[in-house]
Amino acid sequence: MISNEYKELARWAMDECLKQGCQAVRLNIYSGTNTDFDVRDKQLDKLQQSSENQLVFNLYLDGRYGSFSTNRMEKAEIGKFIVNAVDSVRYLAADPCRQLPEASRYYQGGMPDLDLCDITLNEISPDEKLQLAHDAADEILGSDDRILSVQSSYSDGESFSYTLASNGFEGESAHSYFSISVSVSIKGEGEARPESFWYDQALSWNDLQKTGIGKIALERTLEKLGQQKVASGTYPMLVDNLNAGRLLGPVLSALNGNSLQQKNSFLMDKLGEQVLSEKVNILDNPHLPHSFGARYFDNEGVATKKRFIFNKGVLETYFIDTYSALKMGVEPTISSISQLVLENGDRSLEEMVATMERGILVTGFNGGNSNSTSGDFSFGIEGFLIENGKRVQPISEMNVTGNMLTLWQKLEEIGNDPRLNNAYQIPSLLFNDLDFSGL
Amino acid sequence: MKHFGIDEADLKKVLAAALEKGGDYADLYFEHAFNNSLGLRDGEVNSTFSGIDYGMGVRVLSGDQTGYAYVESTEINDMLKAARTAARIANASANLNSLNLSHQIKPKNHYRIKQSWEDINLKQRIPYVQKLNDRIFEIDERVDKVMVSLSDSSTYVLFANSEGVWYEDFRPMVSLAAVCVMKENGVYENGRAARAFRMGFEFLNEALIEEIAQETIAETAILFDAIKPKGGEMAVVLGAGGSGIFLHEAIGHAFEADFNRKGTSIFSDMLHKKICADFINVVDDGTIPYNRGSLNIDDEGVLGQKTYIVRNGVLDSYLHDRISAKHYGIQPTGNGRRESFRHAPLPRMRATYMENGNSTEEEMIASVKKGVFVDSFTNGQVQIGAGDFTFFVKSGMLIENGKLTTPIKDINIIGNGPKALADMTMVASNYQMDNGTWTCGKEGQSCPVTCGMPSALVRKLTVGGDN
Repeated sequence: MISNEYKELARWAMDECLKQGCQAVRLNIYSGTNTDFDVRDKQLDKLQQSSENQLVFNLYLDGRYGSFSTNRMEKAEIGKFIVNAVDSVRYLAADPCRQLPEASRYYQGGMPDLDLCDITLNEISPDEKLQLAHDAADEILGSDDRILSVQSSYSDGESFSYTLASNGFEGESAHSYFSISVSVSIKGEGEARPESFWYDQALSWNDLQKTGIGKIALERTLEKLGQQKVASGTYPMLVDNLNAGRLLGPVLSALNGNSLQQKNSFLMDKLGEQVLSEKVNILDNPHLPHSFGARYFDNEGVATKKRFIFNKGVLETYFIDTYSALKMGVEPTISSISQLVLENGDRSLEEMVATMERGILVTGFNGGNSNSTSGDFSFGIEGFLIENGKRVQPISEMNVTGNMLTLWQKLEEIGNDPRLNNAYQIPSLLFNDLDFSGL
Repeated sequence: MKHFGIDEADLKKVLAAALEKGGDYADLYFEHAFNNSLGLRDGEVNSTFSGIDYGMGVRVLSGDQTGYAYVESTEINDMLKAARTAARIANASANLNSLNLSHQIKPKNHYRIKQSWEDINLKQRIPYVQKLNDRIFEIDERVDKVMVSLSDSSTYVLFANSEGVWYEDFRPMVSLAAVCVMKENGVYENGRAARAFRMGFEFLNEALIEEIAQETIAETAILFDAIKPKGGEMAVVLGAGGSGIFLHEAIGHAFEADFNRKGTSIFSDMLHKKICADFINVVDDGTIPYNRGSLNIDDEGVLGQKTYIVRNGVLDSYLHDRISAKHYGIQPTGNGRRESFRHAPLPRMRATYMENGNSTEEEMIASVKKGVFVDSFTNGQVQIGAGDFTFFVKSGMLIENGKLTTPIKDINIIGNGPKALADMTMVASNYQMDNGTWTCGKEGQSCPVTCGMPSALVRKLTVGGDN
């Protein structure tokens, strides 16, 4: 947790900022620790341990705004830092839209603990943690002659934050994470060395999947053998649950107040319109205890709540923080999504594969980008050509190109298999008629 | 040492603690960074950020195993604690009899600045930011929105290792970037231009402002007339300058020696082999004056240097840090870099570029029946083992029957490193460095880099597009 000493330091720093002439201040203290064990080919390759602290200031003075940060936590240095910070803010042009949120929008407290921090983290011995990394690799080492290298790692950490705003907000949060990952390289054709990985992550030690990660990583690598590009053409595209989020990222960016205010969004003036397929329901679900992304307030201290982002494909909300709202003359909502839930369909990935006549299953994106004003995208992909319900050819070195708006109108089916170890819970997705470039 | 409030005795104590479990080698990396940025939006310079980051990291090597720990303090007890944590990578008895920090390296300075950012207040910076905005609006009436940011940093570095080597470096960095959104017939497009160097306040001048303003407009305006090409395999003419991203992704990463010593790069067995045409020479260079990727000395005490990675078509050298150099029994190449004191160094690129060949861009374009010319990029990526690399083309031109015809935009290009290099059949003599804000990511660490090349023809890559 953030120590009382640091909380007092924050209060003292806030008073100093106000004394220097600021009319409003928000301070955050971040503190955290991390441990990593990397194992390569039976040997500990790297151990890393760290702990860190940071003090962040948002200063509001005569309509002027600046943000500042330091990891020097001594009072004398912070005092000097504040004097310099306030001085520099005075040089800026006034921007009356720079304000703290209305106090009534702050999280008011009183809700049950979200159970995001596992305090047993420090009770588990380093040897036991290291052993998990070894075990994950040992599942597969020696099991296949084609294996060139196996790297596995165990990581965990805690992070804490404390927020204090001069118009009456005080909030704290605590998180822990645990993860195991394995990556495998194998001998391929010619000089190629196909590689793939698998991982699990969890908020608590008990939830972490401790076996089977290595085996999945090896399977995912072996199935890449013989990758080739296939003919350019229009194919249905099935994207697995590890990668489907890549297709939602540009949509979420386009909903951000900052992009909208700068007219840098392909979803400007679309509120209340059906922009995605009517099959799509997307919720911001911030209050589910013990789940990734859960929180009671955003980075401004504004209370989160459950809300539809898309309801039957209709856009119901933008992400508008205090500044963007004042700039655009609209009501603020929340600065960003907390936990994204794309409502499930009925079938699993394998069931969707089984009924596909001819199409492409995407199991990895390789680079690419999306134009923020038009939604035009082009991504490198790898995966499988599917024919008559079977994976008939591993593919790579191809591109898929299109537009975000038409893509999401062409959504054919939503799977039932989101990975729950993630703040974005997105199942496998099937789209019609995408343009693939290959041979 | 004075900057960090420590002396030689402290360094020796911490190094001794780092090796008390028998590591082969230890180093200490101290860093004090002052970062600033100034932002303009909606016509006014109305936000600023300043940050201070301070700390030191201890690395212990035992064979090719690494122990790493860091603290945000230079109090002796905190440093000793970090040293003892990192020391646990080894499992034997103490391995440091006596240490004499006798070997101070004083490298050649590739970024001697005239006016430090630490001595320049916001009032002196603001007019340049404002001017860039005003100039962009002046040039083209379709401009609807502009954002400008000026970012600078001044970083003090102190390094000492168990071989008695120590040095101090001062690393300046600055970038000026503009993003504009233009509107034509109800359609919006956005474009960006930036310049970045290891320079002081002397970086800012009228000519620079004009260059960025013109480029921002050009990058955006071309998009209104641009189309998506028909996709598939075709010839690609890489324009001089930013096409260096091709080198960075197609071969640069796969030449980083950590992947090769682990046997996971597609180039692992190709050292000293012929991989492309005789006229191809590729360099990774840390010594270009004021270049964003330059380093007087790398982050593990190896002098900045110029390294040929491809010479006359032969894979001449990987990019090494200390661990990989020891593995291959050669001298490190000065590529051991880290994002900050929070990370152990890894082999990383600096300024990666191709030297001039003998062809001309006109000859290349004339030789292509159906293909694309590309010269503006946003990002790229590579799979080290499979060799598949990609880069995203913000804009370019179609080539039809030997002529540039219609502008194209927003397409990904994908290829395979060794194949693409072998398919490079012409290199022009119009080399340019691209001094944009290139930032390379690897294992969670970001490092500033640059890239450049002359125009070159690759016979066949897969270009994204419609069918």
